[in-house]
Amino acid sequence: MTKAISVSGLHKSFGGTHALDGLDLDVETGEVHGFLGPNGAGKSTTIRVLLGLLRADSGTARLLGRDPWADAVELHRRVAYVPGDVTLWRNLSGGEVIDLYGRLRGGLDEARRADLIERFELDPTKKGRTYSKGNRQKVALVAAFASDVDLLILDEPTSGLDPLMEEIFQRCVEEERDRGRTILLSSHILSEVEELCDRVSIIRKGVTVETGSLADLRHLTRTSVTAELAGPPDGLAALPGVHHLDIQGARVRLQVESDQLNAVLRSLTESGVRSLTSTPPTLEELFLRHYQEDVHAEAVSR
Amino acid sequence: MTATVTSPAGPTTTVRGRGSRQLAGTWPLLKLALRRDRVVIPLWVGVVALMVVSMPGSLKSVYSTAAERTELAHQMLTNSSLRAMYGPVFGDSLGALAAWRIGAYAGVFAGIMSLVVVVRHTRDEEESGRQEMVSAGMVGRRAPLTAALLAALVANAALALLITAGLAGQGSSGALALGLGTAGVGMVFATMAAIAAQLTESARLAKGLTGGLLGAAFVLRAAGDSSVSDGSSVLTWLSPVGWLENLRAFADERWWVLLLFAAAVTLQAATAYELAGRRDVGMSFLPTRPGPAAGRLGTAGALAWRLQRGSVLGWSLGFFAAGAAFGGVTKGATDLVGDNERTREIIERMGGQSGITDAFLATMVGMLGMVAALYVVQSVLRLHAEETSQRAEPVLAGAVSRLRWAAGHLLIAFGGAVLIMLLGGLGLTAGYGRSPGTILGACLVQLPAIWTIGALAVLLYGVSPQVAPAAWAVAGSALLLGWIGPALDLPDPVLDLSPFGHLPKLPGGEMTWTPVVLLTAIAAALTAAGLTALRRRDLTTG
Repeated sequence: MTKAISVSGLHKSFGGTHALDGLDLDVETGEVHGFLGPNGAGKSTTIRVLLGLLRADSGTARLLGRDPWADAVELHRRVAYVPGDVTLWRNLSGGEVIDLYGRLRGGLDEARRADLIERFELDPTKKGRTYSKGNRQKVALVAAFASDVDLLILDEPTSGLDPLMEEIFQRCVEEERDRGRTILLSSHILSEVEELCDRVSIIRKGVTVETGSLADLRHLTRTSVTAELAGPPDGLAALPGVHHLDIQGARVRLQVESDQLNAVLRSLTESGVRSLTSTPPTLEELFLRHYQEDVHAEAVSR
Repeated sequence: MTATVTSPAGPTTTVRGRGSRQLAGTWPLLKLALRRDRVVIPLWVGVVALMVVSMPGSLKSVYSTAAERTELAHQMLTNSSLRAMYGPVFGDSLGALAAWRIGAYAGVFAGIMSLVVVVRHTRDEEESGRQEMVSAGMVGRRAPLTAALLAALVANAALALLITAGLAGQGSSGALALGLGTAGVGMVFATMAAIAAQLTESARLAKGLTGGLLGAAFVLRAAGDSSVSDGSSVLTWLSPVGWLENLRAFADERWWVLLLFAAAVTLQAATAYELAGRRDVGMSFLPTRPGPAAGRLGTAGALAWRLQRGSVLGWSLGFFAAGAAFGGVTKGATDLVGDNERTREIIERMGGQSGITDAFLATMVGMLGMVAALYVVQSVLRLHAEETSQRAEPVLAGAVSRLRWAAGHLLIAFGGAVLIMLLGGLGLTAGYGRSPGTILGACLVQLPAIWTIGALAVLLYGVSPQVAPAAWAVAGSALLLGWIGPALDLPDPVLDLSPFGHLPKLPGGEMTWTPVVLLTAIAAALTAAGLTALRRRDLTTG
């Protein structure tokens, strides 16, 4: 089976800035793929290359098995796109724009359009300028979810949506996945990513730094452990992969790299465990680690 | 137990001090406006001032003796069609002739500059949403409007100063009058644009409305001046451009006319201020009606037409009206003073009385053509506006090729040029009442030049959206060269830079196909090159 999206060694620079610096991205058909990275990491640039709006300097990009630049028009019949900041024509109503976007793709499912408008509580008769940011976002989302396409590319699609609408958005994504569609979801809302995504790719400075399922990625990060022991612990500091060790009498707090957890637990049980709390790594921590490295690297380079 | 009596003091007024706070932040906003316009305003002011200041010298080089100038003045004053174009001549000094030849045009250019500046810093800011952020700062409700009007005032004052200084050699009071009058026209349209910016929600519409009124003011003056030779027609007095002429710079100035400018500016500014204080940021007084819940737009071409149809309609109406007005005044082209034997001789040698009418009609057709070049640039640059506002992105993410998307807008641009030229020709015919075939043919002959300028806009846009606005400079230069160039006695190579300079002068002249065919081919080649570049380059990203 061909991959829905397959990108390798993608380079793109604007003047002197390297927006993409050898980026790789693989999205399997039928999966919801999270696309994460700090601001300016190159997420939107990648998406625009995939849409044939930008031309890559080098590297290969395949969308549904075809070249996104050369076969843009044929591909776009099968692709729906939602930008993070939707701009509408001030004198066109939301309903008109939904239908226009739908017809510019493979067509629109009328029943689903009506259903989505109701669920998202969108007034389709309002004109472009009178919509709030969230409502403009809904116009693009309704058009995308009601379109008859194979792949949805969503670039921070929920910015401006309230929590209720966020919930509806998540249901819609799940429905799309159940219908066998592929979704590339760029997002900063980690709970959304954790809830929806089968696999994620994290990029930084135009390079992919992590990719895999959430379970895979959790192995790469640290588990927090708090323990109440019978006596003072022994030899914890010498164990590999232990960080932020804090011992106060018989009370221990530490972080441990997930693949070293076994050794730490063994050492703790030797001292006699009275109580133990172990918090699995969150995506936030995973994410923050990459962000902070970013900040750190910048500070050093200055 | 005694009841306490509440103090009878009524509701204290909180209005006090509001006036000054409404203007808070004006100074930084003015600095921002002038900083953003640091290239555009000096360019406008410089070009218009240069145009005016160089006029006496050019006239002197063509009409070197006082006798020749007296004859020119006499000739021009007695011909109603030429009066319609330039206004009446009030004296035969170099200064008076310069004011006659350039005054109305300088006023029109000052008006365009002012309306663009004001709308740019008021409605444009609100429409783009930038105003919201600014207004959230320590900025009074009326400060943005004040800053925009002050920016226009700075530009017009600079223009007045340059004209006064530059023409002082011809008589300082006349120079001052012409300078103040030009700036006066500018400020009248600055304040008019300020009102339009309150009434409409779209900057484009605000500019269109004010531009339409500016065109109407020019046509009113033209119609008035064609009927009487001393500027005393009611129609002329109804037009701010007519006030400038009635100021009679260099010919016994009538200073009180300046009061008219002052009154109009004050009245319009007060209206705009009243409106500005009463409405919400981003909103307008013309309400937005709800639209259909479902749409029929299904192609990029239909979308382009939907976006541009209002503008095409406006230009069509304007061209028909302008054509009809100019056609009406053409009838007077042969009104020559009977006892001026020498003038009669010259005219007859040029091809008789019909020759003069034809020459006048040809000038009118040429003017329409050069203004139509502005339409075509505006229409082509809709592509640019769609791209830079990020609205093109989702459309191009649909199954729409860039060529198809661009073709929709270009069809309206190039086809719309045909439409408005035909309507201008129909208007001319209706006003003049004769020879429809010849006039319509002459109008169509302008198209290759109009298309060439449009195609240059396509090329600039296709190569890089950053340089696309330079297309305005191209169209503006063609207009300047065509309107003012001949009178400035510019060398032919310079005049030949404009595509309009190569067209046969119709009606009256001989039809030559070579330039028409060549220009059409050039336009096609430039368009193709522009589209090829557009297909290859990156789309502008946010």
